[in-house]
Amino acid sequence: MPESAPRDTVLKVEDLQTTFHTRIGPVRAVNGVSYSIGKGETLGVVGESGCGKSVTAFSLMRLIEPPGEVSGGAVWLGDENILEVSEERMRELRGSRMAIIFQEPMTAFNPVLTIGYQMDEQITRHLGVSRQESRERAIEMLSLVGIPAPTERYGSYPHQLSGGMRQRAMIAMALSCDPEFLIADEPTTALDVTIQGQILELIQSLQERLSMAVQFITHDLGVISEISDRVLVMYGGRTCEVAPTDVLMSTPQHPYTSALIQSIPKFGQRVARLPAIEGTVPSLYELPAGCPFQNRCPNVGRRCREVHPPLTEVARGHQVACFYPVGP
Amino acid sequence: MTAPILEVDGLRKHFPIRKGLLLREVGQVKAVDGVSFAVQPGETLGLVGESGCGKSTLGRTLVRLYEPTAGSIRYRGEDFLAVSGERLRTMRRSLQMIFQDPFASLDPRMTIARILAEPFKVHDICSPRECQERAAALLETVGLKAAHLNRYPHEFSGGQRQRISIARAIALNPDLVIADEPVSALDVSIQAQILNLMKDLQQEFALTYIFISHDLSVIDHFCDRIAVMYLGKIIEMAPREELFGNPKHPYTQALIDAIPKVGQGKRRMKQALTGEVPSPINPPSGCHFHPRCPQRFDGCDRGFPALREERRDHFVACKLYSDAVDDDVIFRSTGT
Repeated sequence: MPESAPRDTVLKVEDLQTTFHTRIGPVRAVNGVSYSIGKGETLGVVGESGCGKSVTAFSLMRLIEPPGEVSGGAVWLGDENILEVSEERMRELRGSRMAIIFQEPMTAFNPVLTIGYQMDEQITRHLGVSRQESRERAIEMLSLVGIPAPTERYGSYPHQLSGGMRQRAMIAMALSCDPEFLIADEPTTALDVTIQGQILELIQSLQERLSMAVQFITHDLGVISEISDRVLVMYGGRTCEVAPTDVLMSTPQHPYTSALIQSIPKFGQRVARLPAIEGTVPSLYELPAGCPFQNRCPNVGRRCREVHPPLTEVARGHQVACFYPVGP
Repeated sequence: MTAPILEVDGLRKHFPIRKGLLLREVGQVKAVDGVSFAVQPGETLGLVGESGCGKSTLGRTLVRLYEPTAGSIRYRGEDFLAVSGERLRTMRRSLQMIFQDPFASLDPRMTIARILAEPFKVHDICSPRECQERAAALLETVGLKAAHLNRYPHEFSGGQRQRISIARAIALNPDLVIADEPVSALDVSIQAQILNLMKDLQQEFALTYIFISHDLSVIDHFCDRIAVMYLGKIIEMAPREELFGNPKHPYTQALIDAIPKVGQGKRRMKQALTGEVPSPINPPSGCHFHPRCPQRFDGCDRGFPALREERRDHFVACKLYSDAVDDDVIFRSTGT
């Protein structure tokens, strides 16, 4: 596959497959997803619930638990395939070279330990510094993410912080060991719009400082449009389309991407009626053979019901998985 | 201008905070704190604001799911707070509500047929047999099939459930429907379907909507007139184009600036507002917004600015435009 990212590749995902073994049978939540992210680059991953965007993130961190398993593919971080390293090595990588932030910060913090204790645990482990140095580092990080009175907050419990502040504290913890790669899984979805602006600004400025590769997952096309360099669109566990953000937003080629962009209300561009996508997002249990979008697609043809269209490059850095793409 | 369908004046809803063994009242959450507006028949009034601003409490108080602490609500000229018993039930037919979470608002143990027949039963409108026919007709109105009548809510997707909630809300031919974040819990591709359905129903049944949302892009698409709330008060209210084209209050300006916009390319986010929404238990003195306001000046911390008509139909409560303060607030703060 031609490499479209001109910058140094930090992470490369090849044909990732994640399967959940349920009573009804195996369910492919992620079905052959490939991409790479360069140094300092933000890849936006967009899709609706059940499209596999969060499962992809959890697979990269090796956080999938039975009955789920990563059933195929490779994830290269530098020259290591992290799907094959030992659990011991994985613990070294998590938090030091790769980190994740979640939608709900309470899932990342232990509620009965102070924020400082939890940050120290990570910093002393990965950086091998003394307790005193680790404390200084933690307080520096808390102040860097804009938490007022960081020395006092170091001794606070997670519940003593407001939602926006907790989100900042989680970002401080995730970035405390200068990771090369950050996954942000809907980090602003639960926040108010003015707080969302603050958190996005924070992630951007930290990314510039640390030249991190960021994988930013969200269902909000507005956020994706403003924060990413490139966008990957997922549907039914597969990649529909990958393109630079402005190309994807102005000339999407996959019928799903195009319909999705048209269907959302856009600020300042009023239409009498929104062009809605009919039907519902298919359940992963009952995905049809061929393209998962076939039952809602205006361009569907016979081939779409038989085989899944391969992801094909249509222009430099622009790949589409569709037999009958929308013309520019 | 025709007579308004709903007139709200000085409405307040305060929740007591009780603590200790004797549950003594130690404070109040002033969720809605002196709100006045009117709604014209057939229009859609949007209520927008961040979490905790009191927009949902206001919505629920308007249909008396919460009894207001003070103020008045007049529905078609009649004092809605003075009625009780049979008259209240009759009036409630005309005021219906759609909730945010379609997973919580439908009883999981009832079939769709029973859910939709309930309004007819409660108001004793028709025979059980006719109820079934009407329920089936309702389902078709909202784009589902009569064959779905004997299913349970869990068999439907989020979007379908929201359609069922909407069917229930319009069952009794209401005049005014209060929709509290009706699309926030839905997938992006489903939101457009529900918004379109609500617009179609508005045309068909001449509905008036009060549409509550935190999403300004949805509000912009759906509403004719918009009221912006902050900590229990309306701080700006204007027709849609006027509000978004010429926002006057610094908070409204910051909100509009913070909306992520599709297709305008990657931008460096700039921090329009610092800090967070303060607690409604002990809101800042004067204008509640002043600690976060980039344009605050001396005097913003004294007296809440009155909501005044700055231009035709454009109301704003900010000292940049007028020195007038809300007398009511001064009276209360000296009184206690």
